[in-house]
Amino acid sequence: MDRANEGLNALEVEGLVKCYDDRRVVDGVDLSIRAGEIFCLLGPNGAGKTTTVEILEGYRTRDAGRVSVLGLDPEGRPIGLRSRVGIVLQTTGSFERLTVAETVAQFAGLYPDPLPVGEALALVDLSERSEVRSGDLSGGQRRRLDVACGLVGRPELLFLDEPTTGLDPEARRRMWGVLEGLRTQGVTVLLTTHYMEEAAHLADRVSVLVGGRVVAGGPPETLAPPEPILPMVEFRLDTPDWPVGELTAVVGDVVVPDAEGWVRIPTAEPTGLIVRLADWARSAGRTELVDLAVRRPSLEDVYLALVDHHARWMEVSR
Amino acid sequence: MTTTRTSGAGEWSPPVLGLGWVRYRLELKTFLRNREEVVFTLAFPLILLLLFGVGLNGEIESTGVDFVQYFLAGMIASSAVSAGFISLSQQVAIEQHDGTLKRLAGTPMSPVSYFIGKTGVVITAAAAQMVLLFVIGGLFYGVDLPRDAFGWLTMGWVMVLGLAASSFLGISITRMVDDPRAAAAVAQPPALVLQFISGVFFLFSGLPVWLQNVASLFPLRWMTLGLRSVLLPDGFKAAETAGDWQRTKVFVVLAIWTLGAGILARRTFRWSSRDE
Repeated sequence: MDRANEGLNALEVEGLVKCYDDRRVVDGVDLSIRAGEIFCLLGPNGAGKTTTVEILEGYRTRDAGRVSVLGLDPEGRPIGLRSRVGIVLQTTGSFERLTVAETVAQFAGLYPDPLPVGEALALVDLSERSEVRSGDLSGGQRRRLDVACGLVGRPELLFLDEPTTGLDPEARRRMWGVLEGLRTQGVTVLLTTHYMEEAAHLADRVSVLVGGRVVAGGPPETLAPPEPILPMVEFRLDTPDWPVGELTAVVGDVVVPDAEGWVRIPTAEPTGLIVRLADWARSAGRTELVDLAVRRPSLEDVYLALVDHHARWMEVSR
Repeated sequence: MTTTRTSGAGEWSPPVLGLGWVRYRLELKTFLRNREEVVFTLAFPLILLLLFGVGLNGEIESTGVDFVQYFLAGMIASSAVSAGFISLSQQVAIEQHDGTLKRLAGTPMSPVSYFIGKTGVVITAAAAQMVLLFVIGGLFYGVDLPRDAFGWLTMGWVMVLGLAASSFLGISITRMVDDPRAAAAVAQPPALVLQFISGVFFLFSGLPVWLQNVASLFPLRWMTLGLRSVLLPDGFKAAETAGDWQRTKVFVVLAIWTLGAGILARRTFRWSSRDE
């Protein structure tokens, strides 16, 4: 599936604008997606994610900006593009009366050089369900079938709109396995999701959309919050006889355990703090701090801080 | 479908007829697996036959033609309206609403291929309806079949054109429907009115002239006339409004409607009810 696009950008967007009535739902978005990478578009509901993706898929027109998808303008869904992209929408319609294999075969029949149906089903881990009616699948299997239909035409670029929304954790993990497998197929993937864990797990790069603008972007581990988020040292006071009063001196700040006895202390120097806490525990005649952990800020923490910061900033500037 | 916008790699263009065939087989499979739909589609003309058979006896004004034989054309035409116009308006509205068509719009398939699949199933179902109608009608009501190859051929093109026009109009009308639950409400009134004035439920020659003139603007009246021309004795043509079967006119009107409705369907077609 690796075609001549190696090293080029599969998708480029500059200054994309879309207005509904007077509202600029997409307000000057820039994106560039390299061939072969998994790119994730993040953002809260109403941030313009779906509108942006639908413009890239050719379902919507734009009001301004330059868009190039595999070197073509997607507006009007030119045939030269439709045969080279795969689209997995949030809803894929009803094929309940067809079997899994028939549903995939149907889509295969619409492309010039499709994958064999069995191969497409193997890619999404559905080989054993090929003779089952689509309507009898579980939610997770249903979504994997959608992905198979998007893949069977050997697309160079695959759009995946919230592929795991509504799935249970086990089904979500299986979908991740499927999507990671795509990396070896050389398909470029544009993924939208609400789950930060998913983006952190799958994406090579992400862009965060808030209020129709890209407020941050890059590899997920390099995403920076608007203000630094400190690592958090946490542990639980399992009995009421801990000398809580001494903690303030140990930590250098007022410490109040929550109702279940959890103590959470943000710190720039977790190692030093843990040493001091260990001394404090020993002086109280204890050897263990129950459930001790250091929590690094996750992508979700960074994302929430970004969304919160920019949403508030945009509110003020309006 | 123009494919001239292709500007990038791969000058491949989708084979409209080939993909129409792909869609036809798929739609037929889906239809055949829906037992309720199959049973009621096939039973529809039989129910009409039963009702006409009970309600009407004897011949039409000493023409030697039995009422049931006269309305056989109407039962067939009415089934065509139901299977084409009404049923497709609902099916297409539902598929526009539930994302089926939006997903297909992202593939290389042309809407024309989609139309071919839908209309093909309508024609197939109508053929099955007619076989059943002729068998039951022949056994229990003594209805006569077309007399010769010319008659069968005529019936063939009348049905194909009539069903295609009916199907294309059913697809077109979804443009006026945003909620698929409203599709039947939008499609039923015009279908019902036309059936009443086109010789489906009443003798066409017995209608007021102005109603005949209105009906003559629409394809259903010509479809029933074309069918009567092969289902009734040739001598009955004297009792028709023009004193003749007017087969050329039937062909021209039905062909124009099929073509016009096809263009209308293509121009008004939306892949999604929430399209821009």
